[in-house]
Amino acid sequence: MRLTHSIRTVMGMFALVLALGLAHPALAQQGAPINPTASAVSEDQLLNALKPGAAQEIGGRITIPDSKASTLIRPAGREWREFHQGTMHLIGAVAILGMLGLLAVFFFTRGPIRIGKGRSNQTITRFGAIERFIHWTTASCFIILAISGLNVTFGKVLLLPIIGEVAFASFAQLGKYAHNYLAFPFMIGLVLMFLVWVKDNVPGMIDVRWFAQGGGLVGKGHPEAKRFNGGQKLVFWSVIFGGAALSVSGWYLLFPYTAGGVLNLQFWNVVHGVVSMVLVGAMLAHAYIGSIGMEGAFDAMGSGEVDLNWAREHHGLWVADEMKKGVMPGTMQAAE
Amino acid sequence: MARMKFLCDADRCIECNACVTACKNENDVPWGINRRRVVTINDGKPGERSISMACMHCTDAPCAAVCPVDCFYVTVDKVVLHSKDLCIGCGYCFYACPFGAPQYPKVGNFGSRGKMDKCTFCAGGPEADLSPAEFQKYGSNRLAEGKLPLCAEMCSTKSLLAGDGDIIAKIYKERVVKRGYGSGAWGWKTAYKEPIAI
Repeated sequence: MRLTHSIRTVMGMFALVLALGLAHPALAQQGAPINPTASAVSEDQLLNALKPGAAQEIGGRITIPDSKASTLIRPAGREWREFHQGTMHLIGAVAILGMLGLLAVFFFTRGPIRIGKGRSNQTITRFGAIERFIHWTTASCFIILAISGLNVTFGKVLLLPIIGEVAFASFAQLGKYAHNYLAFPFMIGLVLMFLVWVKDNVPGMIDVRWFAQGGGLVGKGHPEAKRFNGGQKLVFWSVIFGGAALSVSGWYLLFPYTAGGVLNLQFWNVVHGVVSMVLVGAMLAHAYIGSIGMEGAFDAMGSGEVDLNWAREHHGLWVADEMKKGVMPGTMQAAE
Repeated sequence: MARMKFLCDADRCIECNACVTACKNENDVPWGINRRRVVTINDGKPGERSISMACMHCTDAPCAAVCPVDCFYVTVDKVVLHSKDLCIGCGYCFYACPFGAPQYPKVGNFGSRGKMDKCTFCAGGPEADLSPAEFQKYGSNRLAEGKLPLCAEMCSTKSLLAGDGDIIAKIYKERVVKRGYGSGAWGWKTAYKEPIAI
């Protein structure tokens, strides 16, 4: 980013010199009739130098110690404003409300996906304690990060009119600190999730078949799947790539002077906003299918013990592998 | 009601930086912040000009539009001010401002930048006019005393003008006609979406 920035600056200076060179003859005409509209250096002339791909800032020399203050005008903030107040709201509304609508339609037409053969009362271990701990650490961080993040974009429209400006400012302040600090356990969680689950998430032909058969979401029957099916792999990789994009962009926003200027901060803010909106939408779908959307699914991340019939229907190949390894099914405890 | 604006006649600015110093002194500006600054463009080249720049108190201000806690407000004189009690120091106004006006008292990370600080057009803040609390947070409130911003008031060449937009534009136009050329009315197109027609 620094390199492109300096290239931009050099290009801008070049364009600036060019613009001035063209204006120069008018300046030099001593004794010519007075032309009151001829400007020595007009704002227009310099703003014309701000072409896309060239400079985005007009700056010069400054004598105070703060070198960042040497930028005089940076009109790019207006495009960022347009994005943040317009496009961003639209993307968020579509991603979140659209997904909620889709899930509602799915819930009321298809209903929860039942275990075809009913519960067997025999269980098999799907996720161990460490896996569940990693999942829920990351998930709880994500929920708070999402709420505090959405509050920055939508809070003043949705929440501010209800609770008033003083309460809202305190909430937003708290949200900002939560967002800044919980980013770190979230990033650690991402790395751990990647390490723990990547070996079971390598895409293959089996996933193509899974998607071709509608993943069991539409139509009848369950396409074959190993430990993770095509849909789960999609969730895994969107969390990994989306999370990585959020981590990198968030890092720059958190340490603003490492980003190399306001233009880069605007860029990272756009990345952070778009990716997070899409990821929140994706996680809503993930939460739906992992809870009310599918009978028996929550046990996987709840107790870690899933019903054997559920496991056979959804992850038949995985169950077969586990059995081969000598894993014995346990019995459901009466209390549960 | 007046529509307060700044206008820097770049042909007259001699880069003495007195406006910068006067502002810091008058408003007890936090260490490290310069609410006003003087930038020299085309330094050492034909067409070199110095321009004194601060918050321009924009029409439809971008800072106010993007603020997630809506801490900005516009006074009857159309001066754009903000409440440091509501500000959460998120930095969005700093991303949006075309003039680099919003600044933070600390260069810390983790959102520990502190409350945003910027030029108030010497109009204080939301606290009671001329109260110690207002001075402590925002600096002087010269407008409440019937005075204009000190940076412009003490400008030795009267390059920097502050006051009602129509009046300062008229003064500038007279100068331009008399001397035969303009100097750009820096920032007007960006801030007020209108150049000064001469």
